[in-house]
Amino acid sequence: MYELIFFGMYAFVLVAAAIGVIASRNPVHSAMFLVLAFVASSALWLLMEAEFLAMTLVLVYVGAVMVLFLFVVMMLDIDVKSLRTGIMRYAPIGIIVAILSVAQVWSVVWLRNSGLPVMARPAAAPADYSNTKELGAVLYTEHVYAFELAAFILLLAIIAAITLTMRRRAGLKVQNVAEQVAVKREDRVRIVKMEAESD
Amino acid sequence: MAEDGIAMLESLYNSVESLLLEFLPELWVELILTAVQIVILVVVIIICVAFLTLLERKIIGYMQNRIGPNRVGPRGLLQPFADTIKLLLKEVIVPDRSNRFLFIIAPLLSLTPALATWAVIPLFPGFVIADVNAGLLYVLALTSLGVYGVILAGWASNSRYALLGAMRSAAQIVAYEIAMGFALVGVLMAGRSLNLGDIVTAQEGGVLSWFWLPLLPLFLVYFISGLAETNRAPFDVAEGESEIVAGFHVEYSGAAFAMFFLGEYANMILISALTAVMFLGGWESAFAGWTFLAGTPLEFLQAPSLAWLAVKIAFFLFCFLWCRATFPRYRYDQIMRLGWKVFIPVTIVWIAVEGVMVWLKVGPWSV
Repeated sequence: MYELIFFGMYAFVLVAAAIGVIASRNPVHSAMFLVLAFVASSALWLLMEAEFLAMTLVLVYVGAVMVLFLFVVMMLDIDVKSLRTGIMRYAPIGIIVAILSVAQVWSVVWLRNSGLPVMARPAAAPADYSNTKELGAVLYTEHVYAFELAAFILLLAIIAAITLTMRRRAGLKVQNVAEQVAVKREDRVRIVKMEAESD
Repeated sequence: MAEDGIAMLESLYNSVESLLLEFLPELWVELILTAVQIVILVVVIIICVAFLTLLERKIIGYMQNRIGPNRVGPRGLLQPFADTIKLLLKEVIVPDRSNRFLFIIAPLLSLTPALATWAVIPLFPGFVIADVNAGLLYVLALTSLGVYGVILAGWASNSRYALLGAMRSAAQIVAYEIAMGFALVGVLMAGRSLNLGDIVTAQEGGVLSWFWLPLLPLFLVYFISGLAETNRAPFDVAEGESEIVAGFHVEYSGAAFAMFFLGEYANMILISALTAVMFLGGWESAFAGWTFLAGTPLEFLQAPSLAWLAVKIAFFLFCFLWCRATFPRYRYDQIMRLGWKVFIPVTIVWIAVEGVMVWLKVGPWSV
């Protein structure tokens, strides 16, 4: 009963925020709506007792990805008017994507109702059940290769991004940190002894 | 003595609960009691913030051979209230061509996470508002939200200084969050749990079995990153008044500025509390294992209590103020180098060392 009320509330916020992302004129507002959408979907996951995923969603997407996103959006000098004129050009692609995703969701619902043997809804976990512990137990044993592979791909992406932005050009002035740290007082300061002046 | 106090609180709680259960359904009683706990905790934190501002001015004053505020009330004790009343009575000016909605909401976004994180912090044996299994993850998730207040304030103000401050602060917070997260990975490896209460009980048994000793590098990295996360000196380039006036909150005045102020100090108390819980054993007593104290008048020192946590929090808060009075501000590139090239490698190495120690069953966690 209460679960249903909360589900309805968060689902409504999620859908409203998702509409806000595409409907708002200001890119910073869009980014903030996306943050709201992430928070609402993490609340939905909490309702499904997936606490680890919910926390990680907030931590990774809201805490890190969206901060960098906002960073970029804020620095861009975006002409809002020209953005609005382009909206009709992309409308067909958007409609196709929307139809495809609705069709996918619908097909799953249809499959469930078409008499196929489907898995029963799992019973609610006891209070001392730790979602995180269970995930950790399978992540590092059963799925260790997939996990390592994902980590490796991410590492590759980091290295690729760094190599793309690391350019050497002539006349670049670089500080030598070791040299700066190794500086002694004698290298910089000269103490001069002067006679006191007397009248 | 402390146990009597806790028992008294518990019986009070139980009698109120049974009284309410006679009129209301169970869910409502739970909601009301939790709300009362939250209100008490928030009021206490806000009073602590008020006196922390006085303490800061006094301590820095004495360190600089001044007296500090001493006019309002006995020895200046009422100064925080004078400041609060003054701030609340001032006009809130919303700059021309700023983004009004985001401008107003930004201070709220910087204060809320600092208060909401307290839900999972165990205050004394058996008391925590929300006993969450993934408490440490919750702490990480919420502390990563604090940066939004700063970024949005900088952008919505429509001011160059504010935007520069927000940029600096965002880059700095993102950099140091990684080191902080890695330090917490070390803590959860040692405590074998993500629940902060379990982490405290894992450190049972005197000052030498707290995690600060086996996790010394992580402890230092965590506290220094905490300084950077809260934008405190020597990492306060986000508000560096010599270059960008006051950084992200230049345009704020009155109650809106007071919110940022409250948020910054509430964050300081939060980081101190988290460091105390994760590395200094939270409410555990420092003399827990000292058998020769038993039977002497000093025996009460061995009992775990809220006072121990308060002492530890006060110690870290003093360190915050001490750092501000002692160190000159870091240069921006030095901050970045320290975060990325020193702290992150240090934490990664120490996590590996800790992994080997756990594997070979060396150290206090070898159970």
